[in-house]
Amino acid sequence: MADFEKILFKNIDFPDQDKIDIYIKNGGYNALRKALDSMSPESVTEEVIKSGLRGRGGAGFPTGRKWTFLPKDSKRPVYLTVNADESEPGTFKDRELIEKDPHLVIEGTLLAAYAIKCGQAYIYIRGEFAFGARQLNKAIEEARAKGFLGKNILGKGVDIEIIVHRGGGAYICGEETALLTSLEGNQGYPRVKPPFPAISGLYSAPTIINNVETLSNIPYIINKGAEKFSAFGTAKSPGTKIFCLSGHINKPGNYELPMGIPLRELLYEYGGGIKDGRNLKAVIPGGSSVPLLTADKVDVRMDFESLAEAGTMLGSAGVIVIDETVCMVRAAYNLARFYQHESCGQCTPCRQGTYWILAILERIERGRGSLKDLDKLLEICENIEGNTICPLGDAATPSVKSTIHHFRDEYEYHITEQKCKVSMGPRFE
Amino acid sequence: MGTTVNKLLSEKSIKELNRLKGLYPVRKSVVLMVLHVIYDQFGYIQPEALKEAAGIMEIPLIDFHQAASFYTMFPREAVGKYHIQVCRTLSCELRGSQELVAFLKEKLEIDMGGITSDSMFSLTEVECLGSCGTAPMMQINDTYYENLTRARVEQILDDLRSKSGNG
Repeated sequence: MADFEKILFKNIDFPDQDKIDIYIKNGGYNALRKALDSMSPESVTEEVIKSGLRGRGGAGFPTGRKWTFLPKDSKRPVYLTVNADESEPGTFKDRELIEKDPHLVIEGTLLAAYAIKCGQAYIYIRGEFAFGARQLNKAIEEARAKGFLGKNILGKGVDIEIIVHRGGGAYICGEETALLTSLEGNQGYPRVKPPFPAISGLYSAPTIINNVETLSNIPYIINKGAEKFSAFGTAKSPGTKIFCLSGHINKPGNYELPMGIPLRELLYEYGGGIKDGRNLKAVIPGGSSVPLLTADKVDVRMDFESLAEAGTMLGSAGVIVIDETVCMVRAAYNLARFYQHESCGQCTPCRQGTYWILAILERIERGRGSLKDLDKLLEICENIEGNTICPLGDAATPSVKSTIHHFRDEYEYHITEQKCKVSMGPRFE
Repeated sequence: MGTTVNKLLSEKSIKELNRLKGLYPVRKSVVLMVLHVIYDQFGYIQPEALKEAAGIMEIPLIDFHQAASFYTMFPREAVGKYHIQVCRTLSCELRGSQELVAFLKEKLEIDMGGITSDSMFSLTEVECLGSCGTAPMMQINDTYYENLTRARVEQILDDLRSKSGNG
């Protein structure tokens, strides 16, 4: 088992960790105090840059560097938007942080807001997380009562407000520009970049968008220093990461582990192995939008670089485990249905492409496919990729392409025999 | 003219709308939050109540309709007192969400999208609810029910029925 210190989940199961007195007792708000007492906003940013922290929402962009993209001495207000629109299938880490340790999220948000000189932060939380929104609002009021939030924080002349804004059940709003459009009260259509949000974001003002897990690392970095943080993980992917295990695994759930942990260790030592003693067939390692890995690839390390070398991505680290009984045509169909449902319809290649992918997969599922359909599917994928405003289109194709690439025999069987090659059987107890 | 007719919004909802007023630098930002207020009170976007809310917020009604047609979590027609939404995306399907749906249909004697004759339950399928590690799962109104088994589903339905005094 890996030797490391937990940064995010250290107190996650501590009784009443969501209450401010317990959070403070466990060292909470020390980082905010330290920053306001002895650090300039620039030195907070500097420390985050030094830590090498990379965004945990999926893209892995260096967090501190992102902050430096803001224009210097902007005449317009600077906004911080926390992306809590967790909707990537297979991902459920931010929800646990928000529900169980909301003050960690709030403290991270306050530190980031201080660093970028922002007086108004928004936490955009997916609408279905009603309990999470209540937890955050309660934490905000507790923090305000203790002087950690609001006007003149800790008597240091710093004002920061946080508003919890609830979404309405649209996956697309996890895309940062769609999130901003949605926060402005509109249908959540992504915007063309550039301009990037750091230049023209919310209300056309400079805006930084960071993921919940990303910001939850900041209190540790400020408390313990960048070097301590980057002692865990790999040189290019420092720190720990919450890996979300779901699907056919004995112990599904969230596991905070150092970046670079071998997938095998994650599945078999932490996850307790494949459910019901069956054999592993495939793993989708980074949320439903990334290419799958076949069972023989489980020695890959779980960090941005290693997974890229293996032809896939760390993404949101939503690890979906698929056992030998799963029909991969059905799995591809399931995800195609998701992307078709969630495409906002703005760009033709994505709107039409996701529609036709789903229609063809449905046809194959029903035993009415033809062998020509496989090349047609790949051609549609090619016509979507790179031709849309936002990454949703590109996210819809890996499940199709990687299942055809690795399991073409199952598709062909489906088409010629009009049925699944394997069948999952009852799983609901 | 100062006379109030058929006020549908509850005092609690009106209080929340007033709190939301002026919260954002740009007024229209509040649109989704207002839809949540209506949804929380009625369980769907009740059109007359929405009109009242739009009036209070001084935001054109069309802005709310546009949002309500885009964001899928707000039903636009009345649903059951307990609106059941089963997650159907991959991680849940791998853990038996299709069987969960079949079981609910059988227990409630309704089809997908249907409402029970006593208007107690309605059933629908939704995409990923961010609860993949506790699959299969369903959301009833704003509460998540996770790690579901047949026995647990029966218990939940019974509890909700008896909570409503129809047990």
